[in-house]
Order: sequence, then C-alpha cells, then structure tokens
Amino acid sequence: MLKIENLTATVGEGEDAKTILNGLSLAVPTGEVHAIMGPNGAGKSTLSYVLTGREGYAVTGGSATLNGADILALEPEARAAAGLFLSFQYPVEIPGVPVMTFVRTAMNAQRKARGETEISAPDFIKKSREIAKVLSLDPEMLKRPVNVGFSGGEKKRLEIYQMMMLEPRFMVLDETDSGLDIDALRTVAEGVNALRAPDRGMLVITHYQRLLDYIKPDKVHVLAKGRIVKTGGPELAHRLEAEGYDGVLAEAV
Amino acid sequence: MDCCGGMDEHDETCTEVKVKDGIDADTVAAAKRLESENYSAGFVTDIEMEFAPKGLSESTVRFISAKKGEPEWLLEWRLDAYRRWLTMEEPVWARVNYPKIDYQAFYYYAAPKNAAKYKSIDEVPKEILDTYAKLGIPLREAEVLLGVEGAAETAATAREKPRIAVDAVFDSVSVATTFREELKKAGVIFMSISEAVHEYPELVRKYLGTVVPATDNYFATLNTAVFSDGTFVYVPKGVRCPMELSTYFRMNAESTGQFERTLIIADEGAYVSYLEGCTAPMRDENQLHAAVVELVALDDAEIKYSTVQNWWPGNEDGKGGIYNFVTKRGDCRGARSKISWTQVETGSAITWKYPSCVLRGDDSVGEFYSIAVTNGRQQADTGTKMIHLGKRTKSRIISKGISAGKSDNTYRGLVSIHKKAEGARNFTQCDSLLIGDKCGAHTVPYIENRRADAQLEHEATTTKLSEDQLFYVRQRGIGEEQAVALLVNGFVRDVLQELPMEFAVEAQKLLEVSLEGSVG
Repeated sequence: MLKIENLTATVGEGEDAKTILNGLSLAVPTGEVHAIMGPNGAGKSTLSYVLTGREGYAVTGGSATLNGADILALEPEARAAAGLFLSFQYPVEIPGVPVMTFVRTAMNAQRKARGETEISAPDFIKKSREIAKVLSLDPEMLKRPVNVGFSGGEKKRLEIYQMMMLEPRFMVLDETDSGLDIDALRTVAEGVNALRAPDRGMLVITHYQRLLDYIKPDKVHVLAKGRIVKTGGPELAHRLEAEGYDGVLAEAV
Repeated sequence: MDCCGGMDEHDETCTEVKVKDGIDADTVAAAKRLESENYSAGFVTDIEMEFAPKGLSESTVRFISAKKGEPEWLLEWRLDAYRRWLTMEEPVWARVNYPKIDYQAFYYYAAPKNAAKYKSIDEVPKEILDTYAKLGIPLREAEVLLGVEGAAETAATAREKPRIAVDAVFDSVSVATTFREELKKAGVIFMSISEAVHEYPELVRKYLGTVVPATDNYFATLNTAVFSDGTFVYVPKGVRCPMELSTYFRMNAESTGQFERTLIIADEGAYVSYLEGCTAPMRDENQLHAAVVELVALDDAEIKYSTVQNWWPGNEDGKGGIYNFVTKRGDCRGARSKISWTQVETGSAITWKYPSCVLRGDDSVGEFYSIAVTNGRQQADTGTKMIHLGKRTKSRIISKGISAGKSDNTYRGLVSIHKKAEGARNFTQCDSLLIGDKCGAHTVPYIENRRADAQLEHEATTTKLSEDQLFYVRQRGIGEEQAVALLVNGFVRDVLQELPMEFAVEAQKLLEVSLEGSVG
C-alpha cells in the first residue's frame, strides 16, 4: 500500500521556494488502481517527482510509505529497487545506450540491491521479446539508443515496456496518455492492464477522463492547490469531464 | 615482490616497505598515503635498479648510447638533437598550466640491474613478471596460449581470446618481447628498438626520424637526444600481421623520465594492429613522459594504432602525476595507405598530445578517434593534425572530451589541405561533455585550405550531463555512479567501437573508474 499523509513539499531554493504540495493525503491499497485528476498547476507532476525523489523538490512535512517503509529518506535508485516505478510524462533521450542494455542494467541493479541474482542473457531476451510483442514494439527499436529519434507514442510505449520488464510493485503513470493517438492509447492501456495484480498498486495521473475508459480505476481523486479535495468512484471522472474542474471544485470547497 | 602499494591487495603483512637504492623511505610512504582506490596500477615494484647520473648533459646522452652499445651515427644523431634542444624553448601555446620543469631533476635512464642480459623470459626477474601479471599483461607465451588452446577452431572464440604479442618496457628498457619467433615466421619483425638497431641497422636507419625529425619540436628533440627504448615493428610486403602487437609501458622508478621511441613500418600491402598501454606508480612528484611514435605506411598498407593511456593522474589536489608530452605521427607515404589512431586517455596530470597523419600518398586515409577524460585537476590538450598533401586524400576525426571535477579538457586540431590535394575531404566531429560546474571544455579547430574543391565538415557539440538524464536513469534503479558511467559510455560509444574488443572492455572499465566521485 502507498500511504501519503499530510505531505507538504516545495520546489526551488531559498526565497524562491514555492509550496506546491500542501498537506496531501492519499492511500492506495495494494491491488488497487487510483487515478489523480486535476487542473494545470495543481501539483500532479510534483507529486510524482517527490515520490520518486527528484532533486530540486524538498519535502517540508508529512510522510510517504510504501508497504510500511518510509520512501522519502531513500535515494531514487533505492526507491526503484523497493518497487517504485515512474512512467515519465516526458521520457528522456539517452544517446549511445541501447534500450536492451539500459533495461538490463537497471534490472540487474535492482536485483543486486534486493540481494537477488542477475537475470541471464537468454532469460532477459526471452522476456523482452514477449513484452515487445504485447506492446507491438519493433524488436529492432530495442537495439536503438533509449528514446533517441522515437516518436511521442513510441516513447510512451517504451515507458510501458520498461515497466513490464521491471515488474514494479507500485507504478506512477504521469500523463501517459498525452501525445498518444487512440490506437497507441489502447496498446499502452493493454500493457498497463496486464500488470494489474493483487500484489501491485497503481497511481494514474491524467488530465482527461479518456485514459480511464481503458484503465479503469478503483477510485478517482481530484488534486487542486496541492491537496486532494475530492475522492470518488470512476463516475467522478465522468462528472469532471462533463462539468469541468471549476464546477466540481466549487462544490468541494 | 616484497611489498605492493596496490589497492587491490589489502594484505596486512604487506605494510613493510623495502626501500631500494635511490628511493628514500619518505617518498615511498608518501606515495602510499596518496593511494586512492581509483588507481589500481599505482603500486611500486621493488627491484634493484641501475640509473644514469641524475640530470641532463652531453655525458648523459653518451651514457645512454654507450649502455646500448649504439653505432656512431646514432650517437651523433642524439648529440645533434641535444645541442639543438639547448637552443629551443618549451612550447607554451597549449591550454595547460604547470610549474617550470627542472630538466636536471630527472634520471634519464633507469633499468632493472642486468636487464640487458635477459636472454629469455626465464631470466626476467620475478618482481617484473609479477608486476605485469598484476597489471594483467601476459608475458609468458604459454600463459597467453592457455586461453586459446582447443578453442581456436571457431572464429568467434578466437576473437574473444585473441593472442597478443607484447613488448614490455619497464622504465628505460624493454624487458621482454613475446611471440617473436612465431612472428618471425610470418616475416614480421617485432622487438625493442635497441635490439633492432643492432639486428636491422639498415631498416632502422632508413626510417628513424623520417616522420618526426629530430628538429620537430621541443619534446621530440629531447626524446631524440635521450630516448632509451621502445618498440620496433616491420611488417613486410603483403603480410597481414597474424596477431595484435602491443607495447606495455610501465614507469616504475622514482624521479625518472620515460622517453621511449616507437617505430612501425608497414610495407606495401601490409596490415598491422598495434596497441599501447601505460601505467605508473602513484608518487607525489611529477614525472615526465616524452615519447615519440613514428608510423610509416607504404602503398596499400594499413596501420591501426590504439592507445589506452592510464598514467597516474596525480591526487585530488593536483599533486603528483605524469606529464605526458608525446609526439605521435603517422606518414601515409604510399598511395591508398591508411593510418588510424584510436586513443582513450584517462590518466596523466597533463596530456599534450596530437597523434597526426601526413596524407602524402594519393587516396590515402587518416583517422583519429579519441576519448579524453579529465577529472580532479587533470589537464588535457589533445587532438590531431591531418595534413592533406596527396590527391583525393580523406580524413576523419571523432573526438569525445569528457571533463569532470576541476579539470580542463581542450580539443586542438588542425586540418590542412595543401595545394596539390585535389578533391581532399575531411569530416570532424568534436563532442564535449561536462560533468559538474567547475570543469572546462574547449574546442580549438584550425582549418587551412588551399583547394576550392576540398570538402570540409566540422561538427561540434558541448553538452552538460543533464539532471534529467541522471534522474531518469536513477529512477530505473541504477545508482548515481553507475548512471554517470552508463551515460558517459553512451556518449563515447562510436569511438569505443573502434577499439579492438578486449581493449574496449578495459577502456570501458577505465572510464568508470576515472569518473568515480565526479558527481554529487
């Protein structure tokens, strides 16, 4: 279970520090998929970065635990080894590093951190081939440098490929639907749904209800001004789509 | 070996240092204190040495020449160079800073005692063999062969465990050269230059100093006067050298300069691939390494010269380390000849080095692939010169500079198209990567063109290792240092691919080690 309690966080340094998360509380039980929706500037991406430990974001109060363990004190790589995965809104290009090399290095680093043995090359290739098939990824693409020259849709699919390869225990999907056409969206959602499991939690951050037609959430939270202001079932997403944030937020205050 | 300073040996019984002639206990103790975990080649070999009198004078030159029993012409050549050197001034144009070198403070000749008498590998003292074993350099042919016996049937395995002939240069002398007999059967001459002077005087005399003349530059002239040993290679007409050749340079003795001279000749249609590796113990004084490498490629010949340079770079505060002032030049003398330089530079306090190609033959090709890493307080000013003289000559330069810590890294390159170089072409790509905000990267390209039909391309980029990339990689579970190594390896990938495979692996590890502690 991912449990966030009264989390406050700032971005920037010194006098320029700006409070973005302002007493955010949220619990995603293991096995559930929750969605976070909210207007621009609500703190959605900040939440994903604070959870994964990006530099430049300072936690000023509150706590976040994954299956009971404090994650905020850990280095980003240790959070990853603990099973936390972020599907980036803007995946980064890594020139000269082939996808397969990258993912295998990551997988083995995580395994090492957990005291497990490394994956063998044949096992890795077999697994990679199977997952590429599910995501309709050209195997040739996996030999190319990470994200270099990939289209927006390819980049997002590659995020899901990495996620399926690494089999995290908790996944944060940051606007995975942005930049995807409807077919790509469906493929990506299939990959995500394949990872739904009783021992795995998921937080889907999105602007639009559209993605939630494909990845059906157990709960929907509305994030505004750095806090969760409303929580409901999947129907809340439809209301937001119909009435807009302004209507729903006015009622929440 | 009584003792070792190497970090890879944490043997508690190994704390007593036996002090040899010419090295005081304080120096050894200081060197031991300086040991950083990063430099595993930094140990000192304890062996009795023979030195020339300290300092440089005409009698030093005569001493070295006499030690080697050289013919008169060679002594004269040295003395001419020495006299000329006295009138020359140290070049100051490179972007490097160092205190004035006291040329009288070095030993210009240091050799393990009785080194000249080694007839076979069995006579080489155990200390020296141990030194090379510890550095991973096989000197016993039997050991080298062990890995391939029975496995050589498939080309793939053979590629994985290729045989490499080694010339081991320990301070001022070559102590062993392997696979000589086997190479001789193919007609390839591979021996120390001191031996070649005696065994093949006409060949040596014909080519020595024809690529880098005695008058070339301050350090080359100094080298001409005092060069002690180095490697000589001759590959006869039409012969493809059956194995990789390599020289492994080890500077061991204190206060010693190493001035080796390498001469490689590929006769018509010949091919040779040559590797050079270097390490030195960690000492808190600066040591001078001023080598000269001359390559000659005749018609249709090809020479591939690779270097993995891992001289001791000095400690974090910039104390100690090797001054690497080297002149390397290849002469594509024949038509359709090709010379290719690949270098991975991770060590040295200061690097001043421009492996160059003189493209004299029509349709000849020159290549330069370089990875230069600087960390701590290292300074590197390195690049190449491509001199296009012949028709339709082509050159290609790929340089990757990586700066970290408080280091400075400069690419300096010259592409010169002469009047008769009809249809000459050059492609240059210089990429710099900055890690942290206290280091510097500089690109100084010079282009001289006297042909309207020449085709010149120059691309240069400077990038900073981005926070975005680092975070992305770490979020996938890869620790910070490994993340930097991964990103850097990606950055240099197209150059690493040019290295012979077993060297590429070594180079990759070296990059990782060199950049340890460069972030955070």
